[in-house]
Amino acid sequence: MAVKLIDLQHITKKYGENVILDDFSLYIRENEFVTLLGPSGCGKTTTLRIIGGFETPDTGTVMFENRDITNLPPNKRELNTVFQKYALFPHMTIADNIAFGLRIKNKTDQYIKDKIRYALKLVNLEGYEDRMPDSLSGGQQQRIAIARAIVNEPKVLLLDEPLGALDLKLRQDMQYELIRLKNELGITFIYVTHDQEEALTMSDTIVVMNQGYIQQIGTPTDIYNEPQNAFVADFIGDSNIISARMVRDKLVEILGANFDCVDTGFGENKPVDVVIRPEDIDLVAPEEGTIEGVVTDVIFKGVHYEMCVMARNFEWIVHSTDCFPVDTRVGIHVDPYDIQIMHKPESEDEKAVEINE
Amino acid sequence: MSKKTKWLAMPYTIWGIGFIIIPLIIVLFYGFTDVSGHFTIEGIASIFTHVNLKALIVSMLLSFASTLVCLIMAYPLAYILAEVGRGKSSLLSLIFILPMWMNSLLRTIAWQNLLEKTGLINAFLSFCHLPTMMIINTPWAIVLGMVYDFLPFMILPIYNVLCKIDKDTINAARDLGANGWQTFWRVTWPLSLPGVISGITMVFVPSLTTFVISDILGGGKILLIGNIIEQLFTQDNDWNAGAGLSVVMMIFIIISIIITDKYDREDAGK
Amino acid sequence: MNRQHAGLKKFYSIFILLFLYAPILTLMALSFNASKSRSHWGGFTFDWYISLFEDERIMQAFTNTILIAIASALIATVFGTFACVGMHVMKRRTRTAIMGMTNIPMLNADIVTGISLMLLFIACRINMGGATVLLAHITFNIPYVILSVMPKFRQINYSTYEAALDLGATPTYAFTRIIFPDILPGVFSGFLMAFTMSLDDFIITHFTKGAGFDTLSTKIYSEVKKGVSPEIYALSTIMFTVVLLLLVIVQAKPQMNRSKK
Repeated sequence: MAVKLIDLQHITKKYGENVILDDFSLYIRENEFVTLLGPSGCGKTTTLRIIGGFETPDTGTVMFENRDITNLPPNKRELNTVFQKYALFPHMTIADNIAFGLRIKNKTDQYIKDKIRYALKLVNLEGYEDRMPDSLSGGQQQRIAIARAIVNEPKVLLLDEPLGALDLKLRQDMQYELIRLKNELGITFIYVTHDQEEALTMSDTIVVMNQGYIQQIGTPTDIYNEPQNAFVADFIGDSNIISARMVRDKLVEILGANFDCVDTGFGENKPVDVVIRPEDIDLVAPEEGTIEGVVTDVIFKGVHYEMCVMARNFEWIVHSTDCFPVDTRVGIHVDPYDIQIMHKPESEDEKAVEINE
Repeated sequence: MSKKTKWLAMPYTIWGIGFIIIPLIIVLFYGFTDVSGHFTIEGIASIFTHVNLKALIVSMLLSFASTLVCLIMAYPLAYILAEVGRGKSSLLSLIFILPMWMNSLLRTIAWQNLLEKTGLINAFLSFCHLPTMMIINTPWAIVLGMVYDFLPFMILPIYNVLCKIDKDTINAARDLGANGWQTFWRVTWPLSLPGVISGITMVFVPSLTTFVISDILGGGKILLIGNIIEQLFTQDNDWNAGAGLSVVMMIFIIISIIITDKYDREDAGK
Repeated sequence: MNRQHAGLKKFYSIFILLFLYAPILTLMALSFNASKSRSHWGGFTFDWYISLFEDERIMQAFTNTILIAIASALIATVFGTFACVGMHVMKRRTRTAIMGMTNIPMLNADIVTGISLMLLFIACRINMGGATVLLAHITFNIPYVILSVMPKFRQINYSTYEAALDLGATPTYAFTRIIFPDILPGVFSGFLMAFTMSLDDFIITHFTKGAGFDTLSTKIYSEVKKGVSPEIYALSTIMFTVVLLLLVIVQAKPQMNRSKK
């Protein structure tokens, strides 16, 4: 078990009446790529700003390497931030931007020069030393913002939706770039985004947040394949979320039909939520399926077809490489291990989160 | 929009040529001729007479002083206002502009009252057993009048420019290890320079050329270059000398704009 | 950190406020001073407010001031706004030239602007009076309008204009319905700025007014040596109070609308 590098303990933050974070706890290990993922207003940016030192929590403590840094100003923290809109200093050249932190620390000119060259090489922008920020494209400014942060050799790099303003292609390139950087530097990245694809691609650990609460923490595969509640399932990728009844271990009744599954320990005759990913549904001949339905809509998506199937008054979303034309009668079959069972919300808080969502 | 639209600028262009460009050419003409219309640089050269040169130097010193005081007074205020007023209603900044709605001559006259030997300020000072001050009819009173009259012209541009600075740029500096002062001197101050520069020109030029403030608060003892030009036109009827001195003044204004502009650009280019 | 400095900041703001408002409060006090001398307090009186309305010369100067301010601001707003529309579609070089010309009265000393206009009127053998003051005020007001309208043009989102054309609007219709509402705040603040500048101007009026025509500023200046008549204090107090009340109403209104929601 690696060391806890950052430990947020019982953080609460309010803006007036608005509770952003409520008794929020989270720890981050060394050399981890952690993504805080959630819709806007879920408290992910506030969490990042509290770690960065731009906000002070109302209650709770922020620990960094077992030291309390809750009230430490940003300039005394051993971490650096890449801001959403880059926040490059518009009156300084690229070299001066990158050198900013080093000059504050009174590093020698030679050291600074070497560092600038190293950082520009790292972000593939060699030779840009004397340019001004506004002469660079969005993607280039983004790289400079990263270079400016990492020359200070922070133990943690905070990234606040850094790819949000870039176009799709550039965003995908930058994702690989960030993974490469993370591996080369060997430091902790804490990344904030609302884009689930970004989170799944880059992270070691994803923290799904909603309305100031953590919904689930896990690896990308965990989060995708075994969402713990309807919110997570819905937020990460397309999914069919259906109210169901756990008959007994390894058997669940969905829309009146019994499906074999692999989950145990939910008790007998307990109401649950079931998640089935669209790509996990097999469309078969009507008589071979567990449930029978009719295709109502087909869209070609490139890699696959997205189909809507009306079965037992529920609209199933199905992804398949085979096309079934509209009005085809089909059977729905799901393999037991593709059925993910989730508790129905129990606590009031959890419920509130789901209702509001 | 169609190409014809550009003719809408025609009336103003003609107006500007008639009422801005041509009048300046007339000033230049008078400045470089004598009474009979022959070319001479006597008008311009009259700046070197003892009285005029002294007035020019006094004007320069006083307007330097008032610009500096304005900057020192206005910057912190603009900073505070920008901090509080960011995104909020403009009510706060209005409070600081409102005084401009009372006639500026009257407000300057009111300073006579406040500064007089038996004026309010001295009454207050002696009430507090503090030494009274005698600054009415001195250069200090004129500087005070200039600062008072032109302070809003320094506050506004600085305030505007400070409001536009992206909060995250400041945060970035803090994040990179700069403390409050370092952040101010390396980021906030250089980014606010355009506002400071336009504030400086907006205070320096009217201070350099005023004749009203020196009339009212200088008690007629202190002649500024503005007073001399005004007298040449309204009392002495020596238009050529007056226009000559006006040309000299314009040269000073142009120089001051070029200097401040150059400063601005150098800092931005670094 | 902020909390430590909060007191200091408040103190500083109040200090500057006091500095800015002290003369205004003094003038207001003087308008109620029974003694005609400015230097001592002779008791409280409303007399000056009554005699103000009987003083024809002051009332005339007041009317002149207001008329010139309204007329010059209106005309400058029309000229300035049209100029902005035109300049916006111009080639860059022409636009820069016109903007350069616009900057001259802004940067130049008022005294030089005043003198240059005076010399122009004399050269054209125009008798100086109200009309020349109006021409002069329009001239120095147009730049204020242009400088407050021009930035609005830069912010305009042209796709809305193109959308209007796409939906079948004529260019003129699209302009008046789509573009104009967007620049209206700039036009309005330009007008207000021009009005204020005209109201407060002394120097340029001083050189272009000729004999026998007075605005409040020139009237006050002519009385500086012998002492300003207290009626003028009364008039200024009224004017200032009216502006203050108007501002309070304008500021209060959007807040009332907001609280209704």
